[in-house]
Amino acid sequence: MNAQHPSTDNIHNKTTPAFSPGRLIRENKLTALLIAMGLFVTVIRFTQGLGGVSNLDDNYPWGIWISFDLLCGVALAAGGYTVTSAYYLFGLKDFHTAVRPAVTSAFLGYLFVVVALHFDVGRPLRLVYPVFVSQGTTSVLFEVGLCVFLYLTVLAVEWSISAFEWLGWKGIRTVIVRLTIPLTVMGVILSTMHQSSLGALYLIAPSKMHPLWYSPFIPVFFFISSMFAGMSMVVFEGSLAHKGLHDQMDEAHLRDADKITLGFGKACSIVMMGYLFIRIFAIAMDNNWNLLSTAYGKWLMLELLGFVALPSFLYAVGVREKKIGLIRFAAVVTVLGVVLNRFNVSLVAFNYNLPSAEKYFPHWMEIALSVFIVTLMVTAYRFICTFMPVLREHPDYKAH
Amino acid sequence: METVFYSLQDFMLCTKTVTYVLMGLGLFGLLGYWLFLTGRDESIRKF
Amino acid sequence: MQRRKFLALLSSAGLAAAMPVREGKTAPVNGFSGHQDAVGVLHDSARCIGCRRCEAGCQSVNADAVPPPDKRRKPAKPFDDLSVLDKKRRTDFQAYTVVNKYHIEDRSAPVFRKFQCNHCQEPACASACFVKAFVKTPEGPVLYRPDLCVGCRYCMIACPFYVPAYDYHSVNPLVYKCTMCAPRIAEGKLPGCVESCPKDALTFGKRSELLIVARERIAKNPGLYVNHIYGEHEMGGANWLYLSPVPHKYLGQPELGKTSAPELTSGALGSVAMVAGIWPVLLGGVYAISKRREKTAAEEQKQAVIQAVAHAKGEADVALKTAMTKANQEKDAAVARETKKAREEAIKEMEAKMAVDGDTGTTSGASDKGEDA
Repeated sequence: MNAQHPSTDNIHNKTTPAFSPGRLIRENKLTALLIAMGLFVTVIRFTQGLGGVSNLDDNYPWGIWISFDLLCGVALAAGGYTVTSAYYLFGLKDFHTAVRPAVTSAFLGYLFVVVALHFDVGRPLRLVYPVFVSQGTTSVLFEVGLCVFLYLTVLAVEWSISAFEWLGWKGIRTVIVRLTIPLTVMGVILSTMHQSSLGALYLIAPSKMHPLWYSPFIPVFFFISSMFAGMSMVVFEGSLAHKGLHDQMDEAHLRDADKITLGFGKACSIVMMGYLFIRIFAIAMDNNWNLLSTAYGKWLMLELLGFVALPSFLYAVGVREKKIGLIRFAAVVTVLGVVLNRFNVSLVAFNYNLPSAEKYFPHWMEIALSVFIVTLMVTAYRFICTFMPVLREHPDYKAH
Repeated sequence: METVFYSLQDFMLCTKTVTYVLMGLGLFGLLGYWLFLTGRDESIRKF
Repeated sequence: MQRRKFLALLSSAGLAAAMPVREGKTAPVNGFSGHQDAVGVLHDSARCIGCRRCEAGCQSVNADAVPPPDKRRKPAKPFDDLSVLDKKRRTDFQAYTVVNKYHIEDRSAPVFRKFQCNHCQEPACASACFVKAFVKTPEGPVLYRPDLCVGCRYCMIACPFYVPAYDYHSVNPLVYKCTMCAPRIAEGKLPGCVESCPKDALTFGKRSELLIVARERIAKNPGLYVNHIYGEHEMGGANWLYLSPVPHKYLGQPELGKTSAPELTSGALGSVAMVAGIWPVLLGGVYAISKRREKTAAEEQKQAVIQAVAHAKGEADVALKTAMTKANQEKDAAVARETKKAREEAIKEMEAKMAVDGDTGTTSGASDKGEDA
């Protein structure tokens, strides 16, 4: 995956604006507290091993760092490929002002997925092995690793345009702008591959998975749900940015925000309805109807009706009635639904046949570390949006 | 290719490795072919 | 894809000659059959008495391979303590093998089953490992390469038997699992567990021969065994085989289909290549269409502009012509006026001159001036 191995201290420094640290901490008490807690967990993780901070065991080798940081992180960072393909490839010019925020959050999303993986794998210094040392090409995880590595590179290049504008390096910026279309196409290909492969990770263990969540089509489910996960996240982040970073947005971004919200709302609504259908088709193909009356079946119905059908309908009403607030609410429900789905696949359905005494529940330090990673990401996003032309256009470089 | 594959695993390890290499070449090849295909197109005039 | 199908496809595509894939000695009739000489072990639950000697034997030959016990971990109970059998156990980073006790309804005596890596013919761990840290050797054992392991633990997710274990409390952790005592086998010795079994419940030999032995035992002892050799076909077959007096699912052995791990993922991995080939075409097409649309729109706009310009030009021409005509008329009038004026002036001048000097020839000059204008 990523060739670099930044320690968390590095990341902390990198993402902290070069102001007086004292003032920064005073102004961001909660952020400072969460980061301090994360650093504490980091120290224990790398001195005591995984056992010191997690409830992982031999039956549950993957906990919430995989469920949340990897599966949800990658799905929710899908806004990068959905928005860039809509704007650059499909020619939907309305989405212009959504491109940079989406690319920025996707880049940070993937970057911190890779950071989180350094905590999860036993030997983080060997994370480059699958790509550069010993290629286990029969593994679905190899495919995920290679694609995440390549896509992070693509996103870094796409995102670097903002950074170069900020730094004023015109020459290299021009070169990268010329690569926009191939990079976008590459981004969609790589995203299709690894978003679906994250679901395909579970294909190898049919005996361990609950049949309601195991399907030969699970890669398709993961890919389709990543589309509306990414778009909903763009809507959700947009509404957050309006609250927190309003003063960093220029007129065009403020003017187009509602149009973009409506556009994504419409797209999400119909994609989610299609997704609901294919999930139901899968039940029919495996003849799992009788399982729907079990506790697992009810839980699946909650996932499908409460967190797919309902937000899809809310989106539709919001789009028809032009109610931005309702669309934003639907986006939150959708994001929660995607998180629920990833947790259901990786923790609820996985090992469903183990006795409850052997089941996994995360250690508080695992949760603290996930919160720490999210905090770092939000802090980095705020830093970038404050200094770089993301939520506004740089006066020197119009219309890219 | 004188190798005899005794297991599907060995067979897939070989074929997938070849496929991955070809995928990389194919992506670059398609880009080049695209440029060849559209090379004589009139550039889009800006008015 | 099965080898045969693959070859058939190759030959139908005329490629077989170009890619000489030799039909080897072990050319499979139905897929891949594994190495014919690969060894394995047959465990017979009808003979096993749960004495844990195999566990002790395993420990004694593998003591150097597993991490030493340390104070954080609770000390393992001695191998002669049979109370541990009351609890369901699994392999862990210090125990490559464990024996479990199962109380079956309608049976007075418990049934024991040994638990360790089954050394699958198509290992899920090897299929899942993204650094090729698990290798199925031709001799039979599935071996782990600690020098490559990244510690992603996907092997533990993939293994249907819950075998690979992890050293969670180490800063440089590794995966641990039974090696079938591959180094000892290479020296011509028996695996540690087989050597220490006092009841002949473990039989070491070539897998192909063990299958015959197992079938014979079932045939010669009617009613003693269920008619199923666990491991013959499960997940593509394993090199450890099991005989049991009760259905294997009562001994904690999952009911698995015949589909092997690589088969389960080959479809998804194959579609990755399809995506890499087709997506650029589709996306390039979408891009070209949207550009084309943009161009058409631009051309339409251009046409509209040309028309508008032409229309405007026409109007302007008319206006210009009118203006020109008018201007010419005005000009002509002005010239005429001027000429008339000049002529009158010249006449006046002439008259004055004539009045002063008498007759000269300047009249023609005045008339020339008028014609020039």
